[in-house]
Amino acid sequence: MNTFKIGGVHPEPCKLTADRKTEILPVPKQAVFPLSQHIGAPAVPCVQKGDQVLVGTRIAEPGGYMSASIHSSVSGKVAKIDTVVDASGQRKPAIFIDVEGDEWEPSIDRSDKLVLQSTKSREEIIECIKNAGIVGMGGACFPTHVKLCPPKDFSIDTLIINAVECEPYLTADHRLLLEQADQIIIGIKVILKVLGVDRAVIGIEENKPDAIALMRSKTSMVSGIEVMPLKMKYPQGSEKQLIEAVTGRQVPPPPALPASVGCVVQNVGTVFAIYEAVMKNKPLIDRIVTVTGKGLSNPCNLKVRMGTPVSDLIEYAGGMPEDTGKLISGGPMMGRPLLDDTAPVCKGTSGVLLLPEAEAARKEERNCIRCAKCVQACPMGLEPYLLATASEQSDWECAEENWIMSCIECGCCQSTCPSRRPLLDWVRLAKNRVGGIIRARNAKN
Amino acid sequence: MLVILTAVLALGVTALVLSLVLYFVKSRFKVEEDPRIGQILELLPSANCGGCGLPGCAAFAEACVKSDTMEGLKCSACRRDVMNRIAAIAGHEIELGVEKVAVVRCNGSCQNRPTLRSYDGAQRCAIAAMMNGGDTGCFYGCLGCGDCVSVCKFGAIKMDPETGLPVVDADKCTSCGNCVKACPRGIIEIRNRNKMDRRIYVSCVNKDKGPVARKACDVACIGCGKCVKACQFDAITLADNVAYIDFNKCRLCRKCVDECPQHSIVALNFPPRPSQVAETVEVDAQPVTEQTPVSE
Repeated sequence: MNTFKIGGVHPEPCKLTADRKTEILPVPKQAVFPLSQHIGAPAVPCVQKGDQVLVGTRIAEPGGYMSASIHSSVSGKVAKIDTVVDASGQRKPAIFIDVEGDEWEPSIDRSDKLVLQSTKSREEIIECIKNAGIVGMGGACFPTHVKLCPPKDFSIDTLIINAVECEPYLTADHRLLLEQADQIIIGIKVILKVLGVDRAVIGIEENKPDAIALMRSKTSMVSGIEVMPLKMKYPQGSEKQLIEAVTGRQVPPPPALPASVGCVVQNVGTVFAIYEAVMKNKPLIDRIVTVTGKGLSNPCNLKVRMGTPVSDLIEYAGGMPEDTGKLISGGPMMGRPLLDDTAPVCKGTSGVLLLPEAEAARKEERNCIRCAKCVQACPMGLEPYLLATASEQSDWECAEENWIMSCIECGCCQSTCPSRRPLLDWVRLAKNRVGGIIRARNAKN
Repeated sequence: MLVILTAVLALGVTALVLSLVLYFVKSRFKVEEDPRIGQILELLPSANCGGCGLPGCAAFAEACVKSDTMEGLKCSACRRDVMNRIAAIAGHEIELGVEKVAVVRCNGSCQNRPTLRSYDGAQRCAIAAMMNGGDTGCFYGCLGCGDCVSVCKFGAIKMDPETGLPVVDADKCTSCGNCVKACPRGIIEIRNRNKMDRRIYVSCVNKDKGPVARKACDVACIGCGKCVKACQFDAITLADNVAYIDFNKCRLCRKCVDECPQHSIVALNFPPRPSQVAETVEVDAQPVTEQTPVSE
């Protein structure tokens, strides 16, 4: 069985909700839509206070090439355009909508009927994806229409579907594979048509045998789509690691793109969103979120409208346990701590994790003992101890020379460190600074 | 014996010849150095910090002597009197602007600003600001990890363990501006040093609307604008829900301090006002009056 070669760790899977069918969460009382739910320029609101909107009405337009539009997931009245603290921990502008009823845009096909074929051309499909505001649903939130138009000088030969879900606790993609298998296969065909490629590989980790079996049976009659079980290892869901695991090719260090080795990677969530956008004319207004944690009485997978406050999800899952130490948006490895439970569900929210205080608190930091466990764990082949020290001493040149921009912030180094040094914190700081220096330098030249 | 004498003589003669050569070379190829450079160098801190933009203190001293004016030459580590002496040695007129000092514009101490969560990442403000904004409800105020303390080369900033806020030692501060650059929240400002080191400033940079700011911190500026009305010298402006006092226009009248309902305007190093003095006297007097009957 394939996997990527260097580094990686094996965290405890803790997939508490793997067998829980996806339930539909009721519509919230008020939905909040932050304007920057994606990488790139924030969206620009195209509604005003007091406007009436329906489910699927576009409320913000892309703010540039690298941006995505945002649609209302509820019907009601725009209450205000104000700021909200989102998962990034920063106060960002957002559109607040007070919910009244549940009226949908008439153009959206709400039936359960499977649409197999579409007459849309390649350009029309890309336009459709762009209009639906679809971004990478794995967590990075990269605008999908940008990713589906790789620079012309690269020849793409493989589409890789990321169904790895290597983060502990999360099961949103797993449930999607089991419940929407047909739709996903149609979505894959749509993407193949857009890219002009005839080979797609669905990468699934071996801890999801039911999903592997189901996808195998569904794809047995379809030529060009193959299912590849992968050995369990974190961070296999990262784009570069997945490309290596599936094709054996290594993506060169930044600024090279995965397209430079002939691959485009899409998350299964994104594939499903593309199916809905192209076949059902439905913009990205809901997603599956795993609400989990050992203290929760009813951990579950929920189909949630965008903009629903996290508190609604937690209430549905049995309420916040008293000993909760940290509330995390995403998984325990790469997720971001939420400041409070008022933060809204965004396009990249794959899970809400409640960690008990004893597990969440960081332990006392000690000195580096030069054991090189972090070097061994780093899937990018970097030297995290060195990068962290360079960052501590504000030696940005040293950090840049040692390939800090290749870091994918997976957190393997920090999780293996026996001295519990906050390596990732330091690396993130240095990456931020070095990124700024590189941008300034490029702007000058 | 003869061997020893020969050796001593031979070495002595060689030494004599070589010293003559050295003496000749020294007097023939003598480099004339301005003695003022040495004098200025003695006054400079010799930290070679590069804060003046030149490679080290020696280069700065040389530049002082060689240039015609002192324009653009300022050692950020030297106090006013030292700069005056340097200019005098170099023989230039010097126009030093108003003396300045770093001011921390946040009063969100542990008492004023409740802690809502615990930030347990690496102790560096830059990281806390990037990750999740520290451990209080304020997204603009001091993060308390002491980035400003670690960049201060003169030991002028210390964290007050009681308030969790940085405190500037005005005697040591040279207004070099390193702390201003280091603070990710931009709360430190270089302001004029007035007579007797008196300072009035809005000790808050919270741009949130009034109720949100007040919820996060007891002494947050809520942008009510009372101080703007109270100021007779048009020194106070209100932008993004925060008041700002222009130190060039402020006449230190302290009217705004009394007006501020949030007590977010701070007046430093002023003598207590007559009314306040009276109050304190009264307070002091009370126990005495109480004690008198007991003693009787």
